[in-house]
Amino acid sequence: MTSPLESVALFHLGPVPITAGVLMTWVIMALLVLGSILLTRRLSLTPSAVQAAIELIVDTVDAQIRATMRVEPAPYRAFVGTLFVFIFVANWSSLVPGVEPPTAHLETDAALALLVFAAVIWFGIRAGGVRGYLATFASPNPIMIPLNFVESLTRTFSLLVRLFGNVMSGVFVIGIVLSLAGLLVPIPLMALDLLTGAVQAYIFAVLAMVFIAGTVSEEGQSAPDTSSQRTLP
Amino acid sequence: MNWLAFVSIISAAVAVSFGAIGPALAEGRAVAAAMDAIARQPESANTIARTLFVGLAMIETMAIYCLVIALLLLFANPLLK
Repeated sequence: MTSPLESVALFHLGPVPITAGVLMTWVIMALLVLGSILLTRRLSLTPSAVQAAIELIVDTVDAQIRATMRVEPAPYRAFVGTLFVFIFVANWSSLVPGVEPPTAHLETDAALALLVFAAVIWFGIRAGGVRGYLATFASPNPIMIPLNFVESLTRTFSLLVRLFGNVMSGVFVIGIVLSLAGLLVPIPLMALDLLTGAVQAYIFAVLAMVFIAGTVSEEGQSAPDTSSQRTLP
Repeated sequence: MNWLAFVSIISAAVAVSFGAIGPALAEGRAVAAAMDAIARQPESANTIARTLFVGLAMIETMAIYCLVIALLLLFANPLLK
């Protein structure tokens, strides 16, 4: 049985080995980018069915950002929405026969978790400047500085391990069941795998939002925050 | 098969089995509490469900850590190289 922790290189592009996961990542990225460009090329005020469906997705992402972060979603929509859509499509790419989801490999998940780690710093510095961002490490009181620092690293690691473990275990279990009993038996497990994939994509996006909101809102505490109270009648 | 491989396989199984107990109990408690809250306040079911999902994922990570440790023992054991 091949180890789920290592991936085999398909071919070499110069000195760089290209694995199946990297290839699939680029295929998904190309599909998403080309699809987005094609679908948004002619937008109209009276939307067609396709445009309405896409607006529904964007609206859902906006509503989730508003509910989780309690801010206007515009600066975060692109990052969080792309994270969600990419991980969702990547997890469900196991529906295509012969394709292993790229999120079942450590490298892809590590890249995604590093993106979240960088985004927390980027949005934190943009909201409060470098001083304000560094001050969030001493937020309840300065005794917490080492703990907060370690937490910012471990939560990135746990994002990585969570996504990797969930997707990889699904692929692994299906592989084992497939080698024991062939036809039709793995189908319920595959359905469960699809559910896990969707939930994990959602969780990854929500956790990214929570981390970003934690950094941004700690700086914005001095500013009057009335928007979160306005939801109550 | 030397005794290091033997011990690695046993401890991988022990890690997964005992590592699943705690998260299973915790997830049960979390879901029960969420059900209770939704029964009391059905209008806030959306918020509770969202928070529940995130919390469940957090709890589940503990079991996933054990799974990753077991896989490290089985496939990337530095002592067996």
